[in-house]
Amino acid sequence: MTAAPAHRIKGGVQSPVRHESAIGHVTGSALYLDDVPTVPGTLEAALVLSPHAHARIASVDFARALAAPGVRAAIAAGDIPGRNDIAPILKGEPALADGVAEYVGHPVAAIAADTLDQARAAAKRVEIAYEVLPPVLTIEEALERGLLVAPEQKIERGDVGPALDAAPLRLAGEARCGGQDHFYLEGQIALAVPGEERDMQVFSSTQHPTEVQHGVAHLLGLPFNAVTVDVRRMGGAFGGKESQATIIAGIAALLAWKTRRPVKLRLARDDDMQATGKRHPFLIRYEVGFDPEGRIQALDMLYAANAGNVADLSPAVIARALCHADNCYFLPNVRLRGLACKTNTVSNTAFRGFGGPQGMFGIEAVIDAVARHLRLPLETVRQRNFYGIGRNDTTPYGMKVEDNIIERVMAELDGAVDLARWRSEIDAFNRANPVVKKGLATMPVKFGISFNLTTLNQAGALVHVYTDGSVHLNHGGTEMGQGLFVKIAQVVAEAFQIDVEHVRVSATSTGKVPNTSATAASSGTDMNGMAALDAAGRIKARMAEVAAAHFGVPAGEIVFADNRVFAGNKSLAFAELAEMCWRRRVSLSSTGYYRTPKIHWDGQAGKGRPFYYFVYGAAACEVAIDTLTGEMRTLRAELVQDCGRSINPAIDLGQTEGAFVQGLGWLTTEELWWDRAGRLGTHGPSTYKIPGSRDVPPVFNVRLLPDAPNREDTVFRSKAIGEPPLMLAIAVWLAARDAVASLGDHRLAPKLDAPMTPERILAAVDDMKARSA
Amino acid sequence: MAALRFLLNGQRVVEDSASPTMTVLDYLRGVRRLTGAKEGCAEGDCGACTIAVAWPHGGARYRAVNSCLMLLPQIDGAAVLTVEGLAAPDGALHPVQQALVETDGTQCGFCTPGFVMAMLAFRQGGETADDAAIHDALAGNLCRCTGYRPIVDACKRAAAAPDPLAARAAEDLARLSDVPPGIGYTRHGRSFYAPRSIDDLHQLLRQNPEAPLLGGGTDLGLLASKERRGPPVVISTQSVPELKRILRGPDVQTFGGAVTYAEALPCLDSDFPSFAALVRRIGSRQIRNLGTLAGNIATASPIGDTLPCLIALGASVVLRSAEGTRRLEVESFITGYRKTDLRPGEFIDAIEIPRLGNGQRFVAYKLSKRFDQDISAVIAAFRLELDRGRLAEFRAAFGGMAATPRRASALEAALTGRMWRRESLVDVDALVARDFQPIDDVRATAAYRLRAAANLVRRLQLETGAGPAPAGLDAL
Repeated sequence: MTAAPAHRIKGGVQSPVRHESAIGHVTGSALYLDDVPTVPGTLEAALVLSPHAHARIASVDFARALAAPGVRAAIAAGDIPGRNDIAPILKGEPALADGVAEYVGHPVAAIAADTLDQARAAAKRVEIAYEVLPPVLTIEEALERGLLVAPEQKIERGDVGPALDAAPLRLAGEARCGGQDHFYLEGQIALAVPGEERDMQVFSSTQHPTEVQHGVAHLLGLPFNAVTVDVRRMGGAFGGKESQATIIAGIAALLAWKTRRPVKLRLARDDDMQATGKRHPFLIRYEVGFDPEGRIQALDMLYAANAGNVADLSPAVIARALCHADNCYFLPNVRLRGLACKTNTVSNTAFRGFGGPQGMFGIEAVIDAVARHLRLPLETVRQRNFYGIGRNDTTPYGMKVEDNIIERVMAELDGAVDLARWRSEIDAFNRANPVVKKGLATMPVKFGISFNLTTLNQAGALVHVYTDGSVHLNHGGTEMGQGLFVKIAQVVAEAFQIDVEHVRVSATSTGKVPNTSATAASSGTDMNGMAALDAAGRIKARMAEVAAAHFGVPAGEIVFADNRVFAGNKSLAFAELAEMCWRRRVSLSSTGYYRTPKIHWDGQAGKGRPFYYFVYGAAACEVAIDTLTGEMRTLRAELVQDCGRSINPAIDLGQTEGAFVQGLGWLTTEELWWDRAGRLGTHGPSTYKIPGSRDVPPVFNVRLLPDAPNREDTVFRSKAIGEPPLMLAIAVWLAARDAVASLGDHRLAPKLDAPMTPERILAAVDDMKARSA
Repeated sequence: MAALRFLLNGQRVVEDSASPTMTVLDYLRGVRRLTGAKEGCAEGDCGACTIAVAWPHGGARYRAVNSCLMLLPQIDGAAVLTVEGLAAPDGALHPVQQALVETDGTQCGFCTPGFVMAMLAFRQGGETADDAAIHDALAGNLCRCTGYRPIVDACKRAAAAPDPLAARAAEDLARLSDVPPGIGYTRHGRSFYAPRSIDDLHQLLRQNPEAPLLGGGTDLGLLASKERRGPPVVISTQSVPELKRILRGPDVQTFGGAVTYAEALPCLDSDFPSFAALVRRIGSRQIRNLGTLAGNIATASPIGDTLPCLIALGASVVLRSAEGTRRLEVESFITGYRKTDLRPGEFIDAIEIPRLGNGQRFVAYKLSKRFDQDISAVIAAFRLELDRGRLAEFRAAFGGMAATPRRASALEAALTGRMWRRESLVDVDALVARDFQPIDDVRATAAYRLRAAANLVRRLQLETGAGPAPAGLDAL
């Protein structure tokens, strides 16, 4: 019927288009918020942070600060015109400490001055009288005293007590994983610009412009329509600029409101690390009943998180942790309890994986213990517990695992690396080497995609076609480096069948696409891609009618291909058709909208189908430890990652590698250290060590799972990628445990928590030597 | 007072008004509106602020430095390249930029300009682009997005292309030949002096007894960068030619008081490879291009990495003032937590390290959470001599174990004379505990420090005793 050419457009879906700002990145011309010139008269701001973990704020005296050179305004909680509450889920979470400071680093006051140096100097002159109160600093203390920031959550199936009693074998244990600072290279920053009447324009380095909009509106007592939030790009975010950005933007807006001048608040790295939240550390306790083959019959687990001083996103983090406590395993009788413990430390928040890593860390500790107890390979025990296909396929929260490909993914990994041979090489090395010991372990991952809270799974987009055929694209997602903008541009290019260079993605703005969800939960492309596709589809349908009228054929015969529009062997350039539409007074602009289908979640009952689908992956890692010093090197990592039918394999490869290395950091060098007064000692890169280039395994191979289209109807059958590969790094933890276990002939489970600093490894080594002697 | 004169991306700049304690990063971003270099940490650890500088005395090549730690007058008389200055006039990218684009080596892009400049400096050095050299060159740059693999690949890819800026440092420096070395620059009530001779230095020290001496400024720079306050007067040692001397005598290696780590390394490599290996883990190339051996001694940090090595090696400092010179062993020069015996008017003229005698060996170890660019939990440095299987001489110095780096006298006394074998070390934990009562801090607990320090003696025995040494991590 049609003679449209088979020629492919440039940069459509499934092509490895490079990041849309790559040239800007390497030339330094890509602008981050602090690079954008400000108008004369713009003020700079600084925070006054609490030096105490817990203290009543008796008085705040600004007299000396206001007398300092250049100072234009000083504010504390009492100066907030609206409601001092920026809680993302619950209520009662002030932007500035109100009456009581609850952690070291809690913002208590803020200063605006002509220059940054003046603002920071004046901040030191604010006199605050504190009545120091005893702090609670650890999960254990909070558990003992029953201090929680949110109600307990529970997911339960079967009757775990009797099932434990009935199990032939039983083990109990504990595992801990530490927190993690996001260490986005660009620190938190916002610029608030007051407009006429009550308008407030906020430029924020945020993953969640809508939440910043709401937070600023609440603080200033404004309707949402008075506040517009823009973000072009972030210098990294990783969850750290989801709720936390609202604190920074909110304070900038308060100062701008008070001075009627633009105010920029950029945190120094030390303030950023002390004042803003991190990944939740978890204490995990378990009791497991199993049979002699290693099949888990009953599992009772407690996931206790250090939530910090307020709830923030902790309830959702806990929910995701519990929903990933099964990882890939069928747990017939199970009780999972999650506690968000309140302590006088910074409120922990979203971080890539959002509880998923900690959930999987817990169950892998259980599997490791069972395998060691039975002297079975980890892989054997896992395989006996994997979700089945058509049987044993329901999660503890009642969702049927319909897309299970974990055995295929594991087989793909084994086929690529020959695990048995690799294992025998490790064993041979260990026999020959008394000081350095190697370890090897694999890690399967199944990660649920969609926000647990069903409401959040919606997105909007706005597409304009101009009369020269160029396309302006806007959507609710934010670009933090993950390549979202280029992926969505590819989707729109594919829809219109034009080269991707004709699609320009513009800064995210609450004024263009309203009521958005955070760019989080790996969902950016899934949701915004579908919304953009919807918008493009609507415009395309109108254009097709114009073309049909022009060519005198039914609209159904119009084909968009290769930057042209065809009716049989006649065609028009895409730009010509756009111009024609305008002349014929046909709208070339449309919004688009998407809501994720099939999902539902009852948080109270801990039941539902919270996830549209699962992403799978597997890793095998080799490490070596020095049994004299506890030093460790990750020598080799082999990864298989499911991306569905990848929209952009180059971007997905980068996400996989980057997430893995970030997970590696979480489990190895990245230790957060507080002193007994609750002061964070690791508040800069001199003390807080994220991986450097040498820490990446010298052998590091990533394979994107081929021929694996999403069975659900996602955008071009792709899958989400942002978070899932991070959990593959748990293989490194398990491999280090394997190396330590080799000192006891692999019979005993090592006592090795994360992060695995040399100190923790050496202690585990000495403990293993003592126990196996 | 003279103005500052330097070349910025090939353009001659005469700066006559900026504060002498403004950082180079603030100057580039705020005054010059060159916003490619970023502030990621303001403490010289993330590398986002990396720029490249060529100094007249630096061998006509661009070297990577942290602009956040440098005071503006430190670039007087130098040529500076920022990320904005790399592309050709027609917009063609420099090979390091092009390679990063082609390997998808950027994600959020915030660290990228710093990586580009570190890669450029690496390319200018003409080293073989193997993994070890690349990691060494990139250790001062943190990326949180990519996992580094594509950046390392980009280094290899860029090495294969000719460097269009290969001759640039020499050309740029030639254009600065009319700028005399050294300066006195006073603006806004603050002064930066870079005296050209020992006599000038004496005089400035007499006139400004409170003024800190700046070697590379990697410690002092933090005041300007993080505390946002610079001292009213700073005196730099970098323009005194005599303080740049490196002499390899028959008995002693001498390093002048302004010799940087990078300048010292080739000489250390030849005589003390283990010391050199440890120096390569101090900071990063950016830091080692600025920081000096003398600065590491004068700051007298309990975790100063060179100090235990110098103490174990029996090194001395030559202290000089208008009144004359005196020599002190490094061990006695350090008098307490961040305290030295440096008197008013004195400066470190040189560091003298006795070369190893026949049969003497020197071995140093560093323990930290991360291999590169991390502050040590424990440093152990040993000089030993074996005589028919017996420890004839044994000097052991540790850092991170006490308020100052110092020798382990009980350990030394007990082990000296013992047969050097595993069984001789059963009491080493107790000996170390007799010598040191370390503290718990952000880097390690006291318990770990004691245990690891004792185990480093065990490692030393395995590596230097009879029989084949078992493989260590570095061999993998």
